[in-house]
Amino acid sequence: MAAVYMSANRPENAFSTVDLVPEWAQEEVSTGTTIMAVEFDGGVVIGADSRTTTGAYIANRVTDKLTPIHDRIFCCRSGSAADTQAVADIVTYQLGFHSIELDEPPLVQTAANLFKQTCYRYREELMAGIIVAGWDKRRGGQVYTVPMGGMIVRQPVSVGGSGSSYIYGFMDSNYKPGMTKEECLHFCTQALALAMERDGSSGGVARLAAITEEGLERRVVLGNQLPKFSNA
Amino acid sequence: MSSIGTGYDLSASTFSPDGRVFQVEYAMKAVENSSTAIGIRCKDGVVFGVEKLVLSKLYEQGSNKRIFNVDRHVGMAVAGLLADARSLSEVAREDASNFRSNYGHNIPLKHLSERVAMYVHAYTLYSAVRPFGCSFILGSYDQDDGPQLYMVDPSGISYGYWGCAIGKAKQAAKTEIEKLQMKDMTCRELVKEVAKIIYIVHDEVKDKSFELELSWVGEVTNGKHELVPKDVREEAEKYAKDSLEEEDDSDEDIM
Repeated sequence: MAAVYMSANRPENAFSTVDLVPEWAQEEVSTGTTIMAVEFDGGVVIGADSRTTTGAYIANRVTDKLTPIHDRIFCCRSGSAADTQAVADIVTYQLGFHSIELDEPPLVQTAANLFKQTCYRYREELMAGIIVAGWDKRRGGQVYTVPMGGMIVRQPVSVGGSGSSYIYGFMDSNYKPGMTKEECLHFCTQALALAMERDGSSGGVARLAAITEEGLERRVVLGNQLPKFSNA
Repeated sequence: MSSIGTGYDLSASTFSPDGRVFQVEYAMKAVENSSTAIGIRCKDGVVFGVEKLVLSKLYEQGSNKRIFNVDRHVGMAVAGLLADARSLSEVAREDASNFRSNYGHNIPLKHLSERVAMYVHAYTLYSAVRPFGCSFILGSYDQDDGPQLYMVDPSGISYGYWGCAIGKAKQAAKTEIEKLQMKDMTCRELVKEVAKIIYIVHDEVKDKSFELELSWVGEVTNGKHELVPKDVREEAEKYAKDSLEEEDDSDEDIM
C-alpha cells in the first residue's frame, strides 16, 4: 500500500521499477558523519567517525572517511559517499599531475583550491562537505574547509558533517592555539566521542591521523574505548 | 658561424643532413639583430635593462616598450621581433592567470618559463608556421622562492640564470656581467651596474640615440615588478655615464 501511494505521487509513469526495490535502497548513501581537523605547529591532526548510512540502515560501520590526496595531504569527507569519493578521485588525479609538472610536493592550498573549483562548479549536483588538511614546506600544517556550495576558508580548527552541530560548543571552549600533537589527538578523540554519542548518523570507531613533515601516523579508537562523558 | 642551408632551410619541418633545423637558427639570427637586453638576479631581486634604439626623433618617449609585466610578480624583457614578443607576453600572461585561477597561488617562475618555452617549441615543429623570432628573459621575486631568472630562446628551451644577455651585444654584455658579484649585491646597487653595462655595450658609431629601459622586482618593490622610478633611473644613468667618462680619462693617462 505504501509503495503504491508513493508511485502515484512521483512524476514518473505508473510502471516505474521503483516499486520493486525496498525503500531503504532508494535512499542516497550518505556519510552522515562527524569530521574534524586541527592545525598544530609542525602538522595537522584529522579525525572522523566510521558510519555510512542508507536511510536508517548502517551500510558500513567501519568506513574510512580520511582519504589521502597526496603524500602529506588528506581530506575528510562528509555528505554523499559517492559524490565525495568521485570528487576526491578527481582532485587526486589533478594534484598528482600538477605535482609532477612542478617537480615538487604540492601545497595544501593548491589541493584545497582544486576541491573548491570542483565543488563550486558542480554545486547544484553535488552534496559534499570536505575538510582538506595536510602539511607542506611553505606554510607547515594547514586546515582548509570547503563546505557545501564550494566556498573555501583556512581555519586553525574545523568541524563538519551532521555530527558537528553537537560539538561547536565543545570546540569553542576547549580549543587552545599552540597545542602539541598529542593534545590535538586527545582533543579530537573527545570531540568525536561526544558527537558520535549524540548524532544518530555518526558512530562506530573514531579514526584519527596525524600528518607531519616526517610522515603519517594513523590511529583507531574502538567504540568501547571511546571516552565516556556520562554514566548512563 | 653562419652557413647557408640551401634547400633544407625552407621549413621548420625539415632537418638538414647534418641534423640542424635551419629555420630555428635563422630565428635566432633575428634575435641577434636586435638591440641588447640584459637581466641579472641578485640577493634580493631581479633587475632588467634594455637598450632601446630610437630610430626617429618623432617617436614619443616611452613608446614601444620592451619590458612587459606578465603578472604582478613577474617581468619579461625581450629581444628580437617585437610583434612576436608581444604575442608571447600575452601567452605568458594567460598562463600565469590561469594557474592562479586553478591553483590559488602565484605561478612559480620555473613552471611559467617551461610552459611558455613549450609553446615556443610547438612553433618549431610544423611547416605551416614559422618559429618565433624573439628571445626573452623572465624574472620574478616572491617570499618563498626568492629572486628567479629564466631565459627562453626561439628553439623552445628555457634556462635558469644568475645573469644573462640577449641581442646584438650579448657577448660583450656577458663578459661585463661575469665581472659582477651579483649574489652579494642588492637591487639598488645592481640597478646602477645594469645601466653601466648597457651604456658600455652600446655602439655609438653604428646606432645613434637610445633609451635605457630599466625595471626591477624584489624586496625593494615588495614583490611587484615595475619600471624603476625616475629618480633611481636618473641616478643609475648618471653613474653609468660617469663610469664611461672615467674609463676614457684613464685611457688618456696611459697614453
